[in-house]
Amino acid sequence: MATATTPNFLEVNRRTFLRMSGAAARGLFLSLHLAEPGHARQTPKAQAYPPAAFIHVRSDGKIVIQVNRLEFGQGVQTALPMLLADEMDADWSQVIAELAPAADVYSDPIAGIQMVGGSGSIAHSFEQYRQLGASARAMLIAAAAAQWNVMPEQCRTEASVVYGPNSQSAKYGELAESAAKLPVPESVQLKKESELHLSGKNTRRLDSRGKCNGSQKFGLDVDLPGMKVALVAHPPVFGARVKSFNADAARAISGVRDVFEMPLVRGTGVAVVADRFWAAKQARDRLQAEWNTASVEHPDTAQLFSKYRELARTAGNIAMTRGSAASMDSIPSSKRILAEYEFPFLAHTPMEPLNTTVRFDSSGAEVWAGSQFQTFDQMAVAEVLGLKAEQVTFHTEMAGGGFGRRAVADSHVQREAATIAKRLPGIPVKLIWTREDDVQGGYYRPMFVHRVDVGIGADGMPIAWRHVIVGQSLVAGTPFAARLIKDGVDATAVEGVADTAYAIQNFYVSAHHPEINVPVLWWRSVGHTHTAFVMETLIDELAMRAKTDPIAYRLKLLSPDAKKLRACLTLLREKTASWRDSATGNRAVGVASHESFGTGVACAVEVSVENKRPKIHRAVIAVDPGFAVNPLSIESQMQGGVTFGMTQVMPKGAITLKDGRVEQRNWDGYTPPYINDAPVTVEVHIVPSSEKPTGCGEPPVPVISPAIVNALSRLTGKRYRSLPLAEI
Amino acid sequence: METFKLTVNCQQKDVTVDPSTPLLWVLREDLKMSGTKYGCGIAACGACTVHVGGVPTRSCVLPISLVGERPVVTIEAMSNDTIGRVVEEAWVSEDVVQCGYCQSGQIMSAVALLKATPKPTDKDIEESMGGNLCRCGTYVRIRQAIKAAARQLG
Repeated sequence: MATATTPNFLEVNRRTFLRMSGAAARGLFLSLHLAEPGHARQTPKAQAYPPAAFIHVRSDGKIVIQVNRLEFGQGVQTALPMLLADEMDADWSQVIAELAPAADVYSDPIAGIQMVGGSGSIAHSFEQYRQLGASARAMLIAAAAAQWNVMPEQCRTEASVVYGPNSQSAKYGELAESAAKLPVPESVQLKKESELHLSGKNTRRLDSRGKCNGSQKFGLDVDLPGMKVALVAHPPVFGARVKSFNADAARAISGVRDVFEMPLVRGTGVAVVADRFWAAKQARDRLQAEWNTASVEHPDTAQLFSKYRELARTAGNIAMTRGSAASMDSIPSSKRILAEYEFPFLAHTPMEPLNTTVRFDSSGAEVWAGSQFQTFDQMAVAEVLGLKAEQVTFHTEMAGGGFGRRAVADSHVQREAATIAKRLPGIPVKLIWTREDDVQGGYYRPMFVHRVDVGIGADGMPIAWRHVIVGQSLVAGTPFAARLIKDGVDATAVEGVADTAYAIQNFYVSAHHPEINVPVLWWRSVGHTHTAFVMETLIDELAMRAKTDPIAYRLKLLSPDAKKLRACLTLLREKTASWRDSATGNRAVGVASHESFGTGVACAVEVSVENKRPKIHRAVIAVDPGFAVNPLSIESQMQGGVTFGMTQVMPKGAITLKDGRVEQRNWDGYTPPYINDAPVTVEVHIVPSSEKPTGCGEPPVPVISPAIVNALSRLTGKRYRSLPLAEI
Repeated sequence: METFKLTVNCQQKDVTVDPSTPLLWVLREDLKMSGTKYGCGIAACGACTVHVGGVPTRSCVLPISLVGERPVVTIEAMSNDTIGRVVEEAWVSEDVVQCGYCQSGQIMSAVALLKATPKPTDKDIEESMGGNLCRCGTYVRIRQAIKAAARQLG
């Protein structure tokens, strides 16, 4: 594979490079070493990355930077190039960012696979992209110094120009060819924070224009000569198999090319291949497919909740124990809160429906997909097609959202696309999951039940806490299981409780993970979607009982090392001081704070009840993400993240199953927030920090629902322990 | 299959398709104009919004046979539209987009709003933009951008 000594970083042929680097891909399962969720603080392993794979200085001065992960709204396609361009002293107006294809060199430095998840993009690639920029700068200076016969130390750089000691100057584009022949420096000095001119400053997105004028191509927009469109009829109950279908009726539709039964990751389905989407859709609607559903479990939401509630009355596998579990028994019932919470399945429903395009022929395959897991998806396609991973060229397409839905360990969408393409050698096939396929197709945030027993001390603070969590494991049966399941507890189900920042003396957390016939998946902020709701509503209830200000109460209960949350709450108190205590009448303020993925967030919302629903008049966020690489993007992530999080409190914010079948079909039945539901303003304040940066995609999501519900409790005096929120 | 004469962004286009084909798929697949997006297929999300006869319309549920002689205007024409250009600039300037997939539809709804209501209130914005879903939750910035565009146009 390519190494740090690859000399020609400016002129390397990308295809050649990818051939070189792809060879290592097959060994990746062996070296998989994912970061624990919530602890994205590791230092990337020392590795000199070949600038050849990341930077291409064109002779016209344009600097093309490869981004080693998917852009799907989180802003990484701007932030990582900012870090690189800053160290390189590149002219930002000349930077073009591209999404890198699948290749070993583009693996996440900590995860060991090419992926986006766990809010790790900036946390994991911060040093990497800075070093790449600094290396490129050093090579350009060395080329100029050699040309002018001066020492490199005598040169300086600014906006893609090297300046020499005797008024010499040369543009990067002019130096590119000679710089490419020089060795990559073994070590480089990174800038001090005071020397950074892009990082830390509000910087608008590089992908904005194309997304505003319709020219940005997403995966679903891939259009190739001779391309066909495929839809698949999936079983109505997960894992069921086709009994019969009417291929004649489907084939009678003009433009339909093929109709056939095919294996799925779960059960079997019927593929319809047509020239155009509409023909494929009409044909699928006419299949009259019958299914053998008798042999598979028929999950049912009501029955599952009943089963989960029973399980929650018994201790599960121990996730965390501190102090004495028995201490609860000596606390009188008047000093206890027993709370039971219920959370439904949730679908991600990113705006761009799931899709993948595959072209297969005897020499290999090409894939176009918006993927959070390029490594797994590339390997899955290779496996289906009987190819080696390096025979599969995998293009990373811009994705219209994802929120976890494009990070699927079983690569079921890519496997379907490859299975269909295998039958049609030489013909590119675009598999589209319609919105109905997506809403009904599983891979949901699991249902959860929490049962919590809290014992309150004389000072109103919790002194004993017994907590049982019931819900499916996200990672059982996946390559992540070995790392994330310990002693029968899936870390992603208990994160946010087991590692709470609150100093509770006697603390006992256990978990049950029932196996249910519903595919489940991480949903933006993963376990924190439910754990933060439970913790933050209970803490607020305790604060109310103690007649203590909710921010003061939290600050008192936080452990001394919860520095980020402390900073966030202190900043939130300062920024809301002018109005937080003056909300009266039909308005109340709710507060929540939570740390996830290494980033602290505190939130205050002003809420009233209108038409039996919470109306959010304003939200204020204080966030501590360490060093803020792009404050403008952080602001957007906070604003968007709280709106995404509100999906949980929407009246139709639930996926439910009845006798094995999903009851919602589309956004009419499963309805996320629209503009009328979202806060009118979301004010964002960033804690000033020079600490290592942590992620911002997921951390805003957990705080909003508990903050809203805490405000409602202050208005109505009731507690709200089940989501979605019933009428107030 | 039937042939339809369309006017799309001031250009005449002939397409031969099944009459039930939604305008969305004619734009995307036959006319290769992929700026208009498929999100739901049931007029629930607004990602497919175009102007038909000047009215913001969900192209995913409008059969091509019902378009008739009404001119169709899509996101691709907004850079050449007086109000469209200002809205696009406001969107860029306010750094509205995240994943960006819904934004063609958002912008088409916003342009229609500003053409009818040059000084929209928050309530006007909620009424006109209320059917455009954004899963990234860019609503706060959409609101700001519409107000900024209105100021610019005023």
